[in-house]
Amino acid sequence: MIEKVLIVSAVLFCSGLFTIITRKNAVAILMGVELILNSANINFIAFSKSASNILGGQIFAIFVIVLAAAEAAVALAIFIRFYSIAGTADVDFADRLKG
Amino acid sequence: MKGPADIIFYAIAFVTVVSGVLVALLPNIIHAAIALLFTFAGVAGLYVFMSADFLAATQLLIYVGGILVLILFAVFLSSRISSVKMSNPARFMIPAGVAFLGILGGLIYALHNTQWAGSGEVVYDPTTAKLGELLMTKYLLPFEVASVLLLAALVGAALLSRPGD
Repeated sequence: MIEKVLIVSAVLFCSGLFTIITRKNAVAILMGVELILNSANINFIAFSKSASNILGGQIFAIFVIVLAAAEAAVALAIFIRFYSIAGTADVDFADRLKG
Repeated sequence: MKGPADIIFYAIAFVTVVSGVLVALLPNIIHAAIALLFTFAGVAGLYVFMSADFLAATQLLIYVGGILVLILFAVFLSSRISSVKMSNPARFMIPAGVAFLGILGGLIYALHNTQWAGSGEVVYDPTTAKLGELLMTKYLLPFEVASVLLLAALVGAALLSRPGD
């Protein structure tokens, strides 16, 4: 059971990594980050259930979800702002500081 | 876990894996966002199989109901989605593919050669009450820090997305 779940999480992690490497669109890169956070959460919950019965892993997963929500809100606000300045969502054009 | 539950578990795992890979491969960003929806829903299903009922509901509410809608909003506001080529261009396909297969192979090799502690059998019991108790006792400080962080993110997102200077 735990091995199958961990294989699913490994595939999700690698898909997220692949997305982050290959995509140029900032929103698509954020999707890759969300995939990786989800795979980490699966691992936390799987080990929380199998290794011990104290639910520490589930608590940690709750905080990961909270952080993912905060991160998505701030990141997307930055993307919208970047789009209105640069006219594109391509991260290759985000190379100016204090623009 | 035998019989119908086994079949449902494999179906959910299959949907999760396939849509997760599709997020990485689909050329249209809207299609990728829809695939991400199925990934999140599948992960919620896996949480149910690991006896994390509260987290499954939280996953559906926050990821599917919140973050995915936010991502779709950002796509609509910031991409010329009418042209597929512009919406989600890809590059470095071969090095990324090598990294994908290499890391996945390494992880699965490590998984197969590890002796996992515990029985592996999941005991299904409600977790919501226990989680609430833990959040209010042992994990009270992280809980409060998280609330301050959410407030900061709220103010920061509002400030950043405001038009003008």
